[in-house]
Amino acid sequence: MKDLLSMRDLNKEEILNFMKIAEKIEKGEIKPDMSKRIAALIFYEPSTRTHFSFATAMKKLGGQTITMRGTASSSVQKGESFADTLQTIAQYSDIIVIRTAIEGSARYAAESVDIPVINAGDGANQHPTQALLDLYSIIKTQGTLENLTIGIVGDLKFGRTVHSLVQALSDFGPKFYFISPSFLKMPEHIKDDLKEKEIEFEELKDIEEKINNMDLMYVTRIQKERFADPEDYEKVKDSYILTKAMLENVKDSFKVLHPLPRVNEISTDVDDTKYAYYFQQAKNGVFMRQAIISILLGGVK
Amino acid sequence: MKQLKVDAIRNGTVIDHITAGKVLKVADILNLQGMDLVMIGMNLASKKLGKKDILKIENRELSGEEVNSIALIAPNASLIIIKDYNVVKKVHLKIPEYIENLIVCPNPKCITSLEEIKSKFQITSGKPVKVRCVYCEKKYSIDEVRIRI
Ligand SMILES: [Zn+2]
Repeated sequence: MKDLLSMRDLNKEEILNFMKIAEKIEKGEIKPDMSKRIAALIFYEPSTRTHFSFATAMKKLGGQTITMRGTASSSVQKGESFADTLQTIAQYSDIIVIRTAIEGSARYAAESVDIPVINAGDGANQHPTQALLDLYSIIKTQGTLENLTIGIVGDLKFGRTVHSLVQALSDFGPKFYFISPSFLKMPEHIKDDLKEKEIEFEELKDIEEKINNMDLMYVTRIQKERFADPEDYEKVKDSYILTKAMLENVKDSFKVLHPLPRVNEISTDVDDTKYAYYFQQAKNGVFMRQAIISILLGGVK
Repeated sequence: MKQLKVDAIRNGTVIDHITAGKVLKVADILNLQGMDLVMIGMNLASKKLGKKDILKIENRELSGEEVNSIALIAPNASLIIIKDYNVVKKVHLKIPEYIENLIVCPNPKCITSLEEIKSKFQITSGKPVKVRCVYCEKKYSIDEVRIRI
């Protein structure tokens, strides 16, 4: 595997290998050495958390990072200079981590350079490292990825994180509940894929409805800006906020995940229940990114 | 009922069994302005399709790219090469699994809309034809995309 661009490119075996390597790194069973390696972190779209997570992962591997930031209007949108910029950066570094608002830019980057490219988010398209760390969090809490019942809450239309996650889980016989306001529903092309694979899913409008059936709930933010009328937001927002009171009869092994940052969609009284897992999830991200970098740079098998 | 006949051509290409209603789109792709003789038949009776369109073009052979584009729009079409009023070759069009450069991705946020790069599409299902952009991964039915030539 040269690059990590999309969950669509990974088969089950490859996904499970990422899990295995992340676990070995977390447990200290292997210590990949990237001390002579440099990762170029190209962030054309700001994301402090993802940048931090990659930088931490590379440092824990003993490697170095260089960072390039820009805005959507800088070179990434100006014809040939994007490929040129990448070519130049590839001369300085061993691996490129790229995040942009432009869909497909990571794949184009990977075609433009010989060194490995990691997609750290390309517009509404893919965010495979987040999906892998989510899977890692799921396997750690549930002991398996197979046959789980998963609720996904929030902005399902624009959320690339949930798109990647749904694709990633598709090979493991899941059952999904999609919970969102009607205008932020899961896009048709994703639902088409699920139907083709005969994966069961149900669309709900209320967060509490099927919560007791779920093995886990993946909560994402609904941005106020998505609503044309702020009053509409006020009307629906409480339907998508998880509170401690809703957890009374959930499964014992139930867990709440969230890609963070959280605004108000998980009430803080959930934090000290045994069901809250979102902060550990962020920590898992560092182990997973260590695993991804190590695998792509040939540091582990 | 007596079948109305479309005249034969001497040399050239006949595209038969075009999905009814699609012949003008096929003609569009082939950019037939300035061609010798062009005959367009619409809504002809067909055993296979019920109704079909047909296109006959004198003195014209199609490129591989053109054939691929036609297959996308009219997946049941067959291509007949005529020399001296005789059929010298007949092929049923096949939808390719992968197509470069022909389809324009309608997604304004796609890298192919912003950079001068070849588009790449995977054909995900045959009938109706659906295509997926390799870059932004969005899926479209063939009627939603523009075909370039
Ligand atoms: Zn595209």
